[in-house]
Amino acid sequence: MKGRKLKNTFSTAILGFALLVTALFLVTFLVHMFYKGSMVLNWEFLTSVPRNSMTEGGIWPALVGTFLLTVLAVACALPLGIMTAIWLTHYGKPSWLISILRVAINSLAGTPSIIFGLFGMAVFVNMIGMDVSVLAGGLTLAILALPVIINNTEEAIRTVPHEFTEASLALGATTRQTITRVVLPTALPNILTGAILSIGRVAGETAPIMFTAATFYSRKLPSSLSDEVMALPYHIYALMTEGTHPEKQVPIAYGTALVLLLMVLLVSATAIYLRYYFRRKKQW
Amino acid sequence: MVKPQLQTRKLNLWFAKNHVLHDVDLSVHSQKVTAMIGPSGCGKSTLLRCFNRMNDLIPETRITGDVLLGDEDIYKNGSDVSRIRAAVGMVFQKPNPFPKSIFNNVAYGLQIQGKIRRSELEERVEQSLKAAWLWEEVKDRLNQSAMSLSGGQQQRLCIARALANRPKVLLLDEPTSALDPQSTAKVEELCLELKKSVTILIVTHNVAQAGRISDYTAFMYLGDLVEFDKTEKMFTVPADKRTEAYLTGVFG
Repeated sequence: MKGRKLKNTFSTAILGFALLVTALFLVTFLVHMFYKGSMVLNWEFLTSVPRNSMTEGGIWPALVGTFLLTVLAVACALPLGIMTAIWLTHYGKPSWLISILRVAINSLAGTPSIIFGLFGMAVFVNMIGMDVSVLAGGLTLAILALPVIINNTEEAIRTVPHEFTEASLALGATTRQTITRVVLPTALPNILTGAILSIGRVAGETAPIMFTAATFYSRKLPSSLSDEVMALPYHIYALMTEGTHPEKQVPIAYGTALVLLLMVLLVSATAIYLRYYFRRKKQW
Repeated sequence: MVKPQLQTRKLNLWFAKNHVLHDVDLSVHSQKVTAMIGPSGCGKSTLLRCFNRMNDLIPETRITGDVLLGDEDIYKNGSDVSRIRAAVGMVFQKPNPFPKSIFNNVAYGLQIQGKIRRSELEERVEQSLKAAWLWEEVKDRLNQSAMSLSGGQQQRLCIARALANRPKVLLLDEPTSALDPQSTAKVEELCLELKKSVTILIVTHNVAQAGRISDYTAFMYLGDLVEFDKTEKMFTVPADKRTEAYLTGVFG
């Protein structure tokens, strides 16, 4: 009897310790980032361009660049991903083809992001001749986001009760009508939440845009989609690896990192709030 | 002899290699309630789903024989499944209203068939809700979610939703097995009223229910249609031993 109780207490303690270590890392990380980042963070930092070979000034072009890349990537990947998921769940035949496609999509999800960067450079930049541009980078990021969006949408569609689909078909609706009028409206909250989370993923990627979209230093904003841009994650990389005044550059890198971190947190918080909101409204 | 509303001739059905229905010959008479009874797994729900081709949704389903709706062979190549399903309404075991408003649930079947004038739509929704004895309970809250209704009300909403298509036949798949006794009684009474305008085919686990509401009863066992007769007759002098055993509760 005593032995069992002792074992129980012991394992509770071990689990608690594991949690503590994890929490410690997270808290240290956040405190460190906020402390270092907040030293340079102010309105001017956000809205001015970099000056003197990135040793002074702000990150405005990088903010705009990351915004453009993310919007473009999600705008391309979302419709394509949703349509693919619909095909996989409702139209796809035969089942062996579906299985192969699932393996392909999951492999894509597990591919290191630098590979996407190389692929984007080979195909979009060189083969199609887009040059290093917002367009090429956005498309590369879209491919990266695609498996995430497909898997999430499939999951969202699967949670739509089968009874709804059955009821719709039994009333004489076609498959297409059933999908557009019953399945998608019911699954939409979950599809959107997943899409928002993929924004966070896309915004923070460095490797895919390295060779396809990003530039070290630009004092002006891109005037079209075929211009190259600065981007937050790549800006951090550039500040830490290039230049000759690390003592001036490192604080800026921390500021940039904090901005990126806050952006991703904000996006995640939006998704969590939406999920909570829809869950409360959900009635089945 | 009047022409049957629904008829099967030598109907066989397989799910993959599993032979589920064996040479079923059934005639469902117009404007009558026909009950299908039998132990679990006897194929009665599967047979029911042949009449609106819902079995098509299950992969590896194979069907031979004919299923006639009036004069029309509904499994003929090139027949319009959507039209058949609109003409043969179905109500399921578990009430399954859409997560939409009460109005939009009933309007659904009409809206998917194409453009319809708002005034006509409203009229048809009202008619259907009245026909399903739900109008008085919901007329002041048509825009509320159908999910706010009670189970019994939801099931009558599903009946109204099917009626909006003005079907010739209504298929009911154990429509009261998820309902309380009061709601069950209401649905049963409703069936007796509805049979004046629509042919009703009901699958039920409840022998007493079949006795209360049906004009004809089909007893199925292990994929065979064992016996089909007037309910009165089958319940008093069943022709087959298996029917008798089932009706008296020896098995089932």
